[in-house]
Amino acid sequence: MQDQPTALERFINGILPENPVYRQLLGMCPTLAVTGGMKPAITMAGATAFVLILANIIISLIRGLLKPHLRILVFTLTIATFVTIVDRFLAAYLYEMSKELGPYVPLIIVNCLIISRVEICASKQSVRVAVADGVGMSLGFALALASIATVREILGSGTWFGLQVLGEGWPAWGIMVLPPGAFLTLGLLLGGAEWYGQWRSRRRARAGG
Amino acid sequence: MTAMDEQGKRISYIGQAWLVILLALCFGAALALVHTTLGPRIAENKRNETYSVIPVLVPGSDRDMTEELIVQSRSGSDVRVYKAFTTDGKHKGWVIPAQGQGFADRIELLIGQDVDLTTITGMYVLAQKETPGLGDYIKGEDFRDRFRGKPADRPLVVVKTDPREENEIQALTGATISSESVTDTINSAIDNLREVLLAHNSSGAGARK
Repeated sequence: MQDQPTALERFINGILPENPVYRQLLGMCPTLAVTGGMKPAITMAGATAFVLILANIIISLIRGLLKPHLRILVFTLTIATFVTIVDRFLAAYLYEMSKELGPYVPLIIVNCLIISRVEICASKQSVRVAVADGVGMSLGFALALASIATVREILGSGTWFGLQVLGEGWPAWGIMVLPPGAFLTLGLLLGGAEWYGQWRSRRRARAGG
Repeated sequence: MTAMDEQGKRISYIGQAWLVILLALCFGAALALVHTTLGPRIAENKRNETYSVIPVLVPGSDRDMTEELIVQSRSGSDVRVYKAFTTDGKHKGWVIPAQGQGFADRIELLIGQDVDLTTITGMYVLAQKETPGLGDYIKGEDFRDRFRGKPADRPLVVVKTDPREENEIQALTGATISSESVTDTINSAIDNLREVLLAHNSSGAGARK
């Protein structure tokens, strides 16, 4: 398959050019729900990365055996297994965080980011490319969650990773850590990313004459 | 196990599905392994959490004085209950666990009661996966407070208006099923353990050993 992207292209695409949140608008549920603070956001990004990378590896390994009409079943089975493992792991070693994330950890199963990567990349390309794709997309997802969580936690609580960054006088904007804050932040950052993308392509078009 | 496809060719179900079956078995084994490895640690985390909320569930009790008992409930299963004492060793109340089916998944609760099991002194949600933003308010203080001071010697009833009777609990808006699951779970747990705990009281085991 000559027209499939290489491992390096997959890796780079995942981070910014095809960022799961800002470019593909996938995984909106955790993006909105667990970005009230950096700690839950990073935990979610880590859990998603674990599931995505391992699911990509397994599916890529067995891609030659997949039957087209049974593939979604195999994808879901694989993803659900890794999600259950990560859920139990959090409950055992990060109990408080596991309680805070609540149903959002099992909900990783239905995160479209993962099934789309498995379908688009892992079921068609080698393990090396699938790993690069999984790592790149995970980094992109982590970056997106962290950017939203940074804005929300700093404005909403005056802290970052629980550490005080704005002065005690900061009148923590409670709305930023509540659901409306998630929509406001995502909307503004998404608009910003879109605006920047268009500005760049306009500049490139002009430079190219 | 064969059948005919549209062209009249024989197709084998096993031939089609062997990969799914094999993966299900492998993943099942992996999950069993994860569960046996992490299970004790998760149980320990839950127990620590239980201990930390005992003083809230039975006001005036001291977590370090708590005595654990394994009692046989009316339905015949062994249940671990927590006997709460004040700092100077006076029996103050009981904390009993309860499980029931919620709207999404199993709900695990702790119920605090006074010594004679006449009043509920507190309720706490150990685990739940109810709908975020609706049913998950069962773990909020506002909902848990609705149970405080309610009678424990007759079944609680969920109502959608302001409670008029002593044993009425106002449902959460938009989460009637979750509210009812919690209430039913509490009713059946108390009912299941009432006799054995009262028998324990009257056997003169009131003072702390």
